[in-house]
Amino acid sequence: MTTGDDWQRLHPLTPVLRGWRILLVAVAAFGQQGLRQQEGFNALYLGLGVLAATLFGTALSFLSWRRTRYRLTATELQIDSGILQRRSRRVPLARLQAVDVVRPVVARVLGLAELRLEVVGGAGKAEAPLAYLSEEHAHALRGRLLAAAAGRDGDAAAEVHEGVLVRVPTGTLVASVLLGTPILATAVLVLVLGVVTVMQSGAALPVALAALPTYAGVITLSGRRVLQEYGFTVAEAPDGLRLRHGLLDTRSQTIPAGRVQAIRVLEPLLWRPFGWARVEVDVAGYGGGRSEEQAATSALLPVAPRALAHALVGRVLGRALPVAAAPVPSRARWRAPLSRRRLQVGLDHNHLVTTHGVLTTTTDVVPLTKIQSLRLTSGPWQHWLRLATLHADTAGRRLSGAVGAHRDVYEARALLDEVARRSRAHRAKETTEQIGQP
Amino acid sequence: MTDLLDGAWQRPARALLTVRRVEVALFVALPCVVAAVIVAVAAGLVEGLGVTAAGAVVSGLAFSAVHRRWLAWGYAERADDLLVRRGVLVRRTSVVPYGRMQYVDVTAGPLDRRLGLARVTLHTAAAASDASIPGLPAAEATRLRDRLAALGEARASGI
Repeated sequence: MTTGDDWQRLHPLTPVLRGWRILLVAVAAFGQQGLRQQEGFNALYLGLGVLAATLFGTALSFLSWRRTRYRLTATELQIDSGILQRRSRRVPLARLQAVDVVRPVVARVLGLAELRLEVVGGAGKAEAPLAYLSEEHAHALRGRLLAAAAGRDGDAAAEVHEGVLVRVPTGTLVASVLLGTPILATAVLVLVLGVVTVMQSGAALPVALAALPTYAGVITLSGRRVLQEYGFTVAEAPDGLRLRHGLLDTRSQTIPAGRVQAIRVLEPLLWRPFGWARVEVDVAGYGGGRSEEQAATSALLPVAPRALAHALVGRVLGRALPVAAAPVPSRARWRAPLSRRRLQVGLDHNHLVTTHGVLTTTTDVVPLTKIQSLRLTSGPWQHWLRLATLHADTAGRRLSGAVGAHRDVYEARALLDEVARRSRAHRAKETTEQIGQP
Repeated sequence: MTDLLDGAWQRPARALLTVRRVEVALFVALPCVVAAVIVAVAAGLVEGLGVTAAGAVVSGLAFSAVHRRWLAWGYAERADDLLVRRGVLVRRTSVVPYGRMQYVDVTAGPLDRRLGLARVTLHTAAAASDASIPGLPAAEATRLRDRLAALGEARASGI
């Protein structure tokens, strides 16, 4: 890194990497075309087509690379790009929600990495992707961005010390995925169909075969999860929590302190004998958009002993959590017969915690400072039973905030009032602290 | 829900009920009449009377439903947040702190405009927030919008 305020280019190998991707796409497209029209199949034309597409794409990538530049000032990241339609983007660092370093497998071979900045309000995509930088440059830039976002001196904190909190063993990860609900449900389905087929001499075979794509889908999904969450490491750095994971494509996420909108702890049925739990986190800015992207960024901890998971949640939120212990009235069994005992709410001065779920015990934690709005709903059946559901909405896209379902209607109103009062007190404190900042 | 309040609920204008009634007349009662006429011509007077009776019941229910829904609407401007309640079958109460507001919309359809009505919608950073007040007189809608915007600015807090 040279002086702080100069415009910089992306890594010169960027067009090569993009060209390689275009080559893959072109091969796939032309190959499919060639297979479809058997008789007119001509390997030479096919090869020329692929070559032309790749050269054209690479040339465009090169132009785009020539026209892309970025620089970091004290308050914002500036990116200029575009060949015909020029775009000049300014990302205020105070608004930064998270910074990821993503390294697709090919980029890893070349020693490159992509830097993704998440800001609130984008339509699913990372707002400011910088692809590609050299690996050490990406890490250094991330350090400076996070330092600047936190209001510290940028250059001093280029590489910060981090302490590893948790490392998920591969065996545990694989076992947890195998015992997870999708695989379990598929296994039960296969078993039932198998038994029926044997007993009825082949009656359910067509159904079993028709469901093949479903099995394949489940296996792909589970396999992808293992690949994405392989070698999951949670480390603590002064600028936030560092998550590192991935076997082929690796991703290093940084979640700055105080950016967490909601946390969810999941305990599927078959994990309970082992005492495992999964922790998911929602940060404003991580996309609704593509489901792969969501899956890749949702876990704070894919699997760990419950005590460890709770300790990590407490660490992220900076305080011990209230226990969700307030039960719903017994008449709620007419509305939620299976999950009634799981429906609990806990509230202290900083967090609202709710639990629900029949097969998978789900615990939602929302910091009171992050509550955007509160809602009380009561359907006809609930109304007849004098029950109401409290919703605490947050700015996150993935988790729906905390939902306290089927409370007694008077208790729910009192709770609504209390949560509103406490989060107001927090906001008042925050506003006085923020005076003078942009 | 008076226990939540330090002010009183305010209600949409009566003209909103007129709008809703016109909508029911256009989209429920009128098709019923047309259906009754067609059946009477095609199948006979008795069948036509049967359809008329069914149509009358359906339209009556629809008119009473919009009336009850109109009665259920309410909003209250408290010191730090806006309360909106609505719904008959599913009752909803929303609490939106002024400081959480990202922007305010004022919208009005053709029929609304003719009767001088507008709808004020509050948007927060959460997609699930659904505070929206229909049937405000244009002047009240503008006042509410400006007040909400001013309060929002005074109490703004980060995401």
